[in-house]
This record gives sequence, structure tokens and C-alpha cells, in this order.
Amino acid sequence: MLPASIREELRAIVGAKNCLDKQEALVAYSYDATPMQQALPDVVVMPKSTTEIQQVMRVAARHHIPIVTRGAGSNLCGGTIPVGGGIVLVLSQMNQIVEIDEQNLTITVQPGVRTVDIHQAVEAIGLFYPPDPGSMVISTIGGNIALNSGGLRGLKYGTTKDYVLGLEAVLPNGEVIRTGGKLMKDVAGYDLTKLLVGSEGTLAIITEAILKLIPKPQTQRVMLAMFADMAQAARSVSDIIANRIIPGTLEFLDQGTIRVVEDFKQIGLPTDVAAILLIGQDGEPQTVDRDMEQIAAICKKNAAVQIKVATTVEEADEVMTARRSALAALSRMRPTTILEDATVPRAAIAPMVAAIQEITERYGLQICTFGHAGDGNLHPTCMTDARNTEEIERVEHAFEEIFAAAIDLGGTITGEHGVGIVKAPYLEWKVGAAGMEIMKGIKHAFDPHNLLNPDKMFAKQSRNRVVVQRA
Amino acid sequence: MLKEALEKKLDYDELSNCMRCGFCQPACPTFRETGYEAASPRGRIALMKAVADGVMEPDKDFVDQMNLCLGCRACEPVCPAGVPYGQLIEQTREAIEEAQEHPWWVKAVRRLAFFHLFPHQKRMYQLGGLLRFYQRSGVQKAVRKLGVLSILPKQMREMEAIIPEASSKGIVDYFGGTVIPAVGERKYRVGMFHGCIMDVLFNETNRNTVRLLSEAGCEVIIAPDQVCCGALHAHSGEREQARHLARKNVAAFHKADVDFIVSNAGGCGAMLLEYDHLLAKDALWQEKAQWFASRVKDISEVLTRLVEPKEWQSLSQRITYQSSCHLRNGMKVTKEPVSLLQAIPGATYVQLREGDRCCGSAGIYNLVQPEMAGSLLDEKMGHVAATQADILVTSNPGCLLQMKAGIHQAGLEGKMEAVHIVDLLARVQQEEKPLSPLE
Ligand SMILES: Cc1cc2nc3c(=O)[nH]c(=O)nc-3n(C[C@H](O)[C@H](O)[C@H](O)COP(=O)(O)OP(=O)(O)OC[C@H]3O[C@@H](n4cnc5c(N)ncnc54)[C@H](O)[C@@H]3O)c2cc1C
Ligand code: SF4
Ligand code: SF4
Repeated sequence: MLPASIREELRAIVGAKNCLDKQEALVAYSYDATPMQQALPDVVVMPKSTTEIQQVMRVAARHHIPIVTRGAGSNLCGGTIPVGGGIVLVLSQMNQIVEIDEQNLTITVQPGVRTVDIHQAVEAIGLFYPPDPGSMVISTIGGNIALNSGGLRGLKYGTTKDYVLGLEAVLPNGEVIRTGGKLMKDVAGYDLTKLLVGSEGTLAIITEAILKLIPKPQTQRVMLAMFADMAQAARSVSDIIANRIIPGTLEFLDQGTIRVVEDFKQIGLPTDVAAILLIGQDGEPQTVDRDMEQIAAICKKNAAVQIKVATTVEEADEVMTARRSALAALSRMRPTTILEDATVPRAAIAPMVAAIQEITERYGLQICTFGHAGDGNLHPTCMTDARNTEEIERVEHAFEEIFAAAIDLGGTITGEHGVGIVKAPYLEWKVGAAGMEIMKGIKHAFDPHNLLNPDKMFAKQSRNRVVVQRA
Repeated sequence: MLKEALEKKLDYDELSNCMRCGFCQPACPTFRETGYEAASPRGRIALMKAVADGVMEPDKDFVDQMNLCLGCRACEPVCPAGVPYGQLIEQTREAIEEAQEHPWWVKAVRRLAFFHLFPHQKRMYQLGGLLRFYQRSGVQKAVRKLGVLSILPKQMREMEAIIPEASSKGIVDYFGGTVIPAVGERKYRVGMFHGCIMDVLFNETNRNTVRLLSEAGCEVIIAPDQVCCGALHAHSGEREQARHLARKNVAAFHKADVDFIVSNAGGCGAMLLEYDHLLAKDALWQEKAQWFASRVKDISEVLTRLVEPKEWQSLSQRITYQSSCHLRNGMKVTKEPVSLLQAIPGATYVQLREGDRCCGSAGIYNLVQPEMAGSLLDEKMGHVAATQADILVTSNPGCLLQMKAGIHQAGLEGKMEAVHIVDLLARVQQEEKPLSPLE
């Protein structure tokens, strides 16, 4: 419990209606989209400006109160769970698009703007902001930046980090820094912009962002290729890229996922094939047509049983929607859905998929896999029940082995969801002891009193690396 | 008490099925208005679960937050996990109702309305007669002149101004029988659900419904023993009474042995459609309730199958459509009303921006949550005005009244009228010959 005097100080800054400590508010900001994680904050503060954030930060610094910054609370790593109590700082009221600069092709936004609102605003004038996380209808740009979110278009267009040109942020001492700018080139000192992207709210509070825009591609086409065998699908992915075609989207659904998505959306997906690739290309009409033909040929060569090219905008839309709801649709099967995002170099997709299958069977679990196959970012998704402790234990072991397998294949424990609480014990597996030390040093340089999102990223204890004998 | 009642009533499995993805939030009007997590579907479910888990006491804030929910169920179709939010909020309200000690006068009014009025159709007609007397005899004029109404809250005053002329007779009285033959070849035998308020305040819409059905080739049975659907009861936490009414309706239509049970009010239809859930634990009625629920259709669904718009009269006006939340999210009927409207020769159909968003009427919501309802209606009327439509079509009596109030408030009277879809279709479809019953 915070002393009443501190709550009074906070209330004086943001106003009583934006500083809540009633039970209802504490519960409402105690969770995010991460399964099995919940902790109550002491107070919920909803600032309206950078100045208010600075003042709140100063109060927190003076009294050593942790601050957890929150956008839409849609992250899957426990990033906004106030494990140590303190202040949850909700940025949803800072949701204005400040400016669209058509000369420099940039958009300047407050952190609480929803990703989809950015898309709509710029596409209305023929521009394009490519990062499109599956959660874009709710996620905020602040959250996207803090987690360096990816999306379906990551393969061709990159992820959030490739579009952030400049940031304004409040440091743990209450000072404001501005990094980068409307600049395509800038080598003045360390690249703090890139450092803050993906910093998970542990270094600074992002209060404004300048994002890069590109011209909107003229046309867009999508197709589905279906395979009787998972390995053939994975090989097609590698072959498409080896043939130097970079599709706008290259998504992968396994059979379990296909069945569930079809059940949810009824868009006529065949539920008897082992895997579906959803392949999209955008750009100049002729190039798109040529690429689509070549891709179809490659899939045929890899024994695709059926290839379906969406002919209308509506069909294309439905196909994309189905993929976007994959994770969500899987959640219909069992009460608890645990989604991971182990990622491997794209050439290693086939062995990774095989490893996931083998691990799943060995632990007697239900894990469906889908994901951004073009960039090797797979989402093995486990359907389970949090109330079954024995099963949850098996799930944990299985995922540990999946992370280990990804690293063995030259991959990583998380491709886009972030470390947060849930992946913290495994971070050292990826970055090594020396990597951990340097990261902790960076954290200390920004936030010596460990006020911003404490307990995230750096676990009290790392997990011992499991050594698995594989044939 | 409330805590125990909630623990008993809430379906814990469904609470756990919510994976907190937040996909429901953009659809929720109260979240859009407030931006406050607790005022979102994900937030409300989390609050319910927190109570069930013992993390939080169901205090006054909890109850207020549950009451702020419109019950529009816009959060359901967008929920990937298929969480039946509508059922969860009803369970919560039932528990709140059970645990609540109302002041004596509220109790009296509730008893009167929920137990002695709505369930008894005869009394509804009597009340309709009184209202009609008030409206016609000059009393209404006198009352308005005297300014007596100013003692009522604003919302009630506005309602008084737009309430249509009441009827003291139901459709059965009008037609003088309960079986209306099909015009031409009989394609279906359908049961007409006339509703309690519908039949008093929107009697003409009911008559038009029967006419359209009959001319489309349906033999229409106005099952004589039918009663109020129980939606108001269920939404206000009186689920037991709702079950009681459900059994009566199931029996009435089962006896009539119909192919479909047709409703012209989204709110009623969605309730009827869920009788199988409502009576799921009632061994005696379960099977018949399933029979019933599987036959419930909205009038637009039946007409889309049967009518020939080619024969309709031309109507050179601009039409827009505000969907009824329960028709859309409860009955999942979205395309049919629009395709009927688009088929009217000569008319221009303009899509209403956010026509799928609640207008704030939501049963008696606009009376108990005037502030939220008011701001939702203001926003709605902005979009409505932008369509420059001559006719604003809806598909539920509550929405129709709210739209009339909105037109009144926005100063659009004379420029735009709010019409039930059935009445509009009756306008463009020439009447063949006056209907008379079979018996
Ligand atoms: C159904 C579903 C699908 C998803 N699909 C994808 C996907 O395809 N790709 C992907 O990458 N992710 C995906 N996610 C994860 C998640 O939506 C993203 O990580 C998203 O970027 C989170 O945004 P948010 O606004 O909800 O952030 P929050 O969850 O509120 O916060 C996330 C993190 O960012 C920090 N933070 C938020 N705002 C700020 C700020 N202004 N300054 C500093 N720190 C801040 C928080 O402290 C926290 O650590 C998905 C999630 C769901 C539920
Ligand atoms: S969309 Fe469904 S599962 Fe997701 S938060 Fe809302 S109710 Fe829960
Ligand atoms: S029923 Fe309507 S108001 Fe209530 S939570 Fe769902 S969308 Fe929001």
C-alpha cells in the first residue's frame, strides 16, 4: 500500500479521475494477454501529457516506487504485470496522431495511438506503415515499439524497429530525451532510438514517436498452397526464398491450426491437409503476377496438393483474417492457451517443425504450430488448462525443450513477443553470461534505482539449460 | 451474500475461457467512450473472475460497472475464444438482483412490471387502452401545456414525446382469429411471435408482419397462449421468471406445430433463440426448448427467402439502416435486412457509419444510465445526419423509439423518419386484399 500522501501527490498531477486506487481499477490493470499471470498494482495513473509523465516519474523516483508502463495490455510476455506492485501508468489517453508529414514521409504519434489507426490514417492518403502484429486492432504503437513487434509483413518489410526514426522519452530521473528525428541518416553518438526499441519499458517511457512511411504498394495478391506433408511445405518456403523471391507475407498453418481456424471462420479451408502456406505478394501489378506464378510453380514442384489463388478482394481479406485469428481461434479448444514464438533461421524451419512435433508427442500434449514462416518465426501454441498442475508442468518442460531446440538450430527464444517475465529465465541461454552483464549495465545506466518495469527481462535466477539427446 | 450468489451463478469454465486477448475491446461502446479497462468486456470478465477467485469483493463499483454494460453483446461475435459474454453478464445480474435489497418502492415497481404486467398480455392491452386514452382524449395535450411533465427526468420526458399511439387490441383481435392463411400456394406454416410491448405500441408493425408473411406464402399461426419473451426479465436479473415465461412460449408454439417461429423484434428474437440455454437444466423442457430455439427466425430471414422484390413499388428515397444489437449479435442476422433494403426499386441505400454499434437504447438502459446512453446517441445521430437519408430503418422497437428520440433531439424532424423495416416493406409491397382468418 502506498501512503495516502503519495497518492495525494499523484492525484494532484493527473487529477482525481485519472488516478485510481479502487479495487475495480487495480484488478482491471492486474493482467495482460499473458496466461496465468496476474498481480495487483497499488495505483493506476493515466497521464495526458509528457509533462505529467515527468512529474509522475519524479514522484516515483523520490519514493522509490516501481512504474509499469502500459499500452493496451495485449502483450504475451507478462510485460505489464505489476509483479512488485507500484504504479501502472496507462497511456491510452495519449492517443493523438500529431502529424503526418507528406514531404518527409513520416508520421508523428503519441504512444497510445492504436496500430490500426496509424494504418488507416496513412493508407487513406496512399502511404503505408507495414508492421502489422496480429493484435493491431488493439495494440498501441508504444507497446509495439517497446516490444519491437513484428507481424505478417515482417519478411519483406521488416519489423517495428525498421520504421522508428525518432523518439521522445521520459527517463527514470524525470528528464526528457529526444533521439533521432525525421532523418534517414544519423550517426551522432550511440543509436539510442534503436536501443529503446524493444526495451520493454525497462529503460524509459516512450512519449512520442516519429515513424517512417513508405508508398502504399499498388496491388496485393494472396494464395493458399496446401500440402499433404509438413516437410514439403517447409521446403517450399526455403525454395521460394532461395529463388530470390521475397513475398509480402509467407505464413504457415499446421493441420491442427487449420481445423480450428476453419471451425471459427468457415472460409472453406480443407481440413484434411497437413499444412497450408499463405503466400502474399504486393507491389507493381506485373511483378506481383510474375512472382505469384513462380511461387505456384515452386509449390507444385514440392507436391502441393492444391493451390488456390484469391481472386477477389473479399476472398483475400478472408484468407488474411483467418491467419490473423489463428492464435485466438486455437483458444477455443481448451481453457488455457500458451503461445510461444521460438524463432530459427528460415532455412531451418523444416527441422524445427519436426522437433516441435517430436517434443509434443513425447510429452503427450496438444501443440499446434503456425506462424511467420518466411522469417522463421513459428508460434507453437499449446492448448491446456491452467487448473491442471500436472499437465502445466509437462507444458513447461516441453517448451524448455523447444527453446533449446531453437537455439541449437541457431535461433532464439523469442522472435517478437519479448522477454518480460515469462522468458526471463531463458534469456541467458540466448545471450550468454557476458551478454547478460552488458545488458544489466545498460539497464543500470538508464535506471540505477530499478524503477521502470522491475522484474522484467532479468530473472532472479536463470534456468539450467536442459541437455536433450536427440537422434 | 453477493459474493456467494456470484460464486453459485457464474459459469467458471466460461470465465476461464477468456484468454484476455482484448479483441473484444474495440467493439465495446462503453470502452470506446471511457478508454477504461474495467469498462470493457475483458475488464468485466476479469472482475467477475476476480470475485469468483476471491481476489476482490463485489463492492458498489463492481455492481455499477456491471450496470454500465449495455448488454449489447457486440463483444461476442468478435471474440475468437467464443466466450458467451451475454450469458455471463446475465448470471452476474441475476446474482446482483438476488443479493440486492431494493427500497420498498423499487421492489413494488419491479414486482408490478416483471410479475404482474409483462407476463399478462391482457393487462398490457388494458394499459395500452389507458395510454391511448391519454394520447387521444386531450389529456396529453393538457398535461404538456401545464408543464406537469417537467417533474420527470429528461429521458422520460423525451420518451413521452415520441411514444407512438398505443393500441388496446392485439393483432388477434384485429384479424379476428389466430390462423391467417397463405396467399397463394402455402410454403411454410409459421408461428408469429407478437411480443408484449410490440403488440401494444407497434401493433401496426405486427399487422404488417402478418400481412407480409401471408403474402409471401406463409400460413401464419398467432399462437394464442404466447406471452412476453422474458428478455427484460433476464437482462434485469429475473432469470427464474424468464424461465417461467419461456416454458409457456415453448408450449404454445409446440402445440401449434410450426416450421418457424418468426419475430420482428431483435431483442425478443435473440431471447427466444436462447431458450435452449435458458432451459438447459430443465429435464422436462430441455428437448422441446431445443425444438423451439432451432426454429426461431427473424422476419428478414424468412422474407429474404420468399419475397420477389421485382414486384415492389418504386421508392425514390435514401435509406439507411441501424441494426439492432440483439438481432446482430444475438441472432447473428446481419445481411438479410440490408439485402432487402437494397432490393427496393428506386431507393438509394447508404451505409450508416458504425451502424453496427449500439444506439444506447438497450432495453431500459437509456432510463437507468442516461449519461452513457446520451453520449452514445449523440455520436450515433452525427453519423445518421451524415447519411442524409430520408428514412432510417431499424429492426427492433427499442431501437426505433431511440432513433425517433434521436431524430427529435437532433432537429431532423420533417427531414428524416425512423421506420421499422417491416413497415417500410409493407409500404412498397402492394396489399393484395385484406386478410381474414381461416377459422
Ligand atoms: C491475439 C494476439 C496476437 C498477437 N500477435 C502479435 C504479432 O503478430 N506480432 C507481435 O509482435 N506481437 C503480437 N502480439 C503481442 C502484442 O500484441 C504486441 O506485443 C503489442 O505490441 C503489445 O502492444 P500493447 O499496446 O498491448 O502493449 P502492452 O502490452 O501494454 O505493453 C507491452 C510492453 O511494452 C511496454 N510499454 C508499453 N507502452 C510503452 C511506452 N509508451 N513506453 C515504454 N514502454 C511501454 C510495457 O511496459 C510492456 O513491457 C499478439 C498478442 C495477441 C493477444
Ligand atoms: S475477445 Fe473473448 S477471449 Fe479475448 S478478451 Fe474478449 S472475451 Fe476474452
Ligand atoms: S455487452 Fe456491449 S457494453 Fe457490455 S461489454 Fe459487451 S460490448 Fe461492452
